[in-house]
Amino acid sequence: MGVSTAASAIDIYRELFAEFEPRAAGCRLPWLRQLRHGAFARFQEQGFPTTHDEDWRFTSVAAVANTTFRLPLAGEGDLSAAQLRQWQWEGAGARLVFVNGRYAAELSSTGPLPAGVVVGSLAEALEAPEAATGALAQHLGRWADERRDSFCALNTAFAEDGVFVYVPRGKVVEAPVSLLFVIVPGSQPAMSHPRNLIVVEEQGQLAIVEEYLSLGGDTGAGVGLCAFSNAVTELAAGAQSVVSHCRIERSQPGICNLSTLRLEQARGASVASHALLLGGALVRNNVHAVLAGEGGDCLINGLFLGRGVEHVDNFMLVEHASPHCASRQFYNGLLDDCARGVYHGRIVVHKDAQKTDAKQTNRNLLLSDDAQIDTKPQLEIHADDVKCTHGATIGQLDEEALFYMRSRGIAEAAARRLLLLAFAGESLGRIREAPVREHASRLVRQAVLRITGGAKGEEAGHENEFAPGDPAQT
Amino acid sequence: MGALLEIENLHASVDGHEILKGVTLRVNAGEVHSVMGPNGSGKSTLAQVLARRDTYAITAGAVRFRGKDLLAMKPEEAAWEGLFLAFQYPVEIPGVSNVSFVRASMNAIRKACGQPEATSLEFVPRLREKMELLGMETGLMERSVNDGFSGGEKKRNEILQMAVLEPTLAILDETDSGLDIDAMKTVAKGVNAMRSPERAIIVVTHYQRLLNYIVPDFVHVLVDGRIARSGGPELALELEESGYGAMEEPVPPAAGAAS
Repeated sequence: MGVSTAASAIDIYRELFAEFEPRAAGCRLPWLRQLRHGAFARFQEQGFPTTHDEDWRFTSVAAVANTTFRLPLAGEGDLSAAQLRQWQWEGAGARLVFVNGRYAAELSSTGPLPAGVVVGSLAEALEAPEAATGALAQHLGRWADERRDSFCALNTAFAEDGVFVYVPRGKVVEAPVSLLFVIVPGSQPAMSHPRNLIVVEEQGQLAIVEEYLSLGGDTGAGVGLCAFSNAVTELAAGAQSVVSHCRIERSQPGICNLSTLRLEQARGASVASHALLLGGALVRNNVHAVLAGEGGDCLINGLFLGRGVEHVDNFMLVEHASPHCASRQFYNGLLDDCARGVYHGRIVVHKDAQKTDAKQTNRNLLLSDDAQIDTKPQLEIHADDVKCTHGATIGQLDEEALFYMRSRGIAEAAARRLLLLAFAGESLGRIREAPVREHASRLVRQAVLRITGGAKGEEAGHENEFAPGDPAQT
Repeated sequence: MGALLEIENLHASVDGHEILKGVTLRVNAGEVHSVMGPNGSGKSTLAQVLARRDTYAITAGAVRFRGKDLLAMKPEEAAWEGLFLAFQYPVEIPGVSNVSFVRASMNAIRKACGQPEATSLEFVPRLREKMELLGMETGLMERSVNDGFSGGEKKRNEILQMAVLEPTLAILDETDSGLDIDAMKTVAKGVNAMRSPERAIIVVTHYQRLLNYIVPDFVHVLVDGRIARSGGPELALELEESGYGAMEEPVPPAAGAAS
């Protein structure tokens, strides 16, 4: 279905690109012009993927291909500081807000940052003199794989704004950086292509939270998409750096959220990627990590929740390209109603990546007979001295545990909720930064309450304390 | 005043297979009863039916607990009425900490009874005291419920919950299985500390050994889904001597020791 519609759809994108490119931020930079044009050419060649593509076998993007999206106009989308307050969380340092993909300076604050650390708008950075040769020029577009993924190519073609973070050698950014990408749907379906570049040099340290949400956009099932967000983040972690990245998606049911995180790790870098996918009509979460230097380690941790007719697809690719690296993937899925989940986890161990230690686990709970999960672990090993394991489980809520709890006087709904929170708590417990973990826990608790149909008043305060050994509780 | 628990001609089956074939039993407050029997006689089924496990179909009979229809209650409602089952196989609940679980059950029961929730000042010393009585390490409370506990730790944890919740009727389902003699003595100490004129305890067991430490007032022998004999503690000793073989043919309790 995608192929036949693609031709006319691509015409629309061609017009949009012709209009966008000559006026986009950084258009005078030769390297950037080349990057955008090259990416658009690649998108034209490939078109939108169809379910015949192996990487998209379980996920149809026909709804995206068949909708005519426009680019939001500058300054479009109204968001007040008062509306923003409901989404802010304790403990964040720099707080940047993007409305329909554009940096909203008046709603953002970077706070105090160590000398030399840059946290700001990509569009602004592209207009600065350093953009010709600095870290931006070296890294932007270098890591994201637009050959393999045409959405990535589409993003690069329309890449203009998002965050640019630069942490120089040895600098430690203490408080987590909060990025809030808010979609404010207008009268016509609109798309945005947030592009983030995060560069942490040798021995730098950074924790960053990318959160995607929408103000409205609940069109109800079947009415069609009102917005399409296609974000790409390139994260280059220098030698011995310590980086934590957390993606939170909690859009309304009328929104399609595609996102790609491309991690490039140098020698001895320790990187954690956390993803909490709590809503959206169609969610695709790509994480592609390359352990390029010796002795690096990488944690890829995720929790996805689906209800109604939501579709959540997780596409993980971990490449071990150097010896003595360790990777850990843990993804937990919770699906209710007619929701469908996908977990595609591939580990590739390159020829010279001896002593690789790679592990992948995907656990799923199906809460209704109509919920569905497709899980596909894949190992591709070209080295001979490696340790690789993978496993996937699909189950229902443990009836034994439910009876046990009920026999202790805990009512059925509360017992269910506790079990779901415990399941989700596994993923949350892996987030080491306390403010991020607490923020994430709060959102997950709300999402679980929605799944179990708990009334708002039932969100008893002491349920926060259920996690065993939670350092935040002592 | 009526009995605490009255079981009247109880029939229960699972998947069309009848397991309880007419159990009648009366337990008064202040009494300790032991239900003994060979494997497959229906002991655990009886315990689980009383705790309102819904995998069993009740085909006939009635059970009244504190004058109310127990068979109409959900598991949590039975707990709110004061019924407690110490599980034969305590369930592991990863991700839910033991201390908050015990506290949540205590508060759920209190709330259902219209009482205020326990404050930390009430709860913590009470928990400490019971843990000391059972010789439990404090670390166990911070861990997930029964997760990675040894067999003995799990059984102690059941008794701990019982001690904190202070039920009116406690049913111990094979609490002795898998316990060494020291652990058994500790568990028995915990159970004996619970004996009171307001409370009844039913000890379900295959072996007589635990009854050396928890001496029952009455012993019932369950064979093939029916109570074959009832008597005093000496019946347990007799069974230890002769085994269950002599009981295979059900004998009316009135017929005494005739075979």
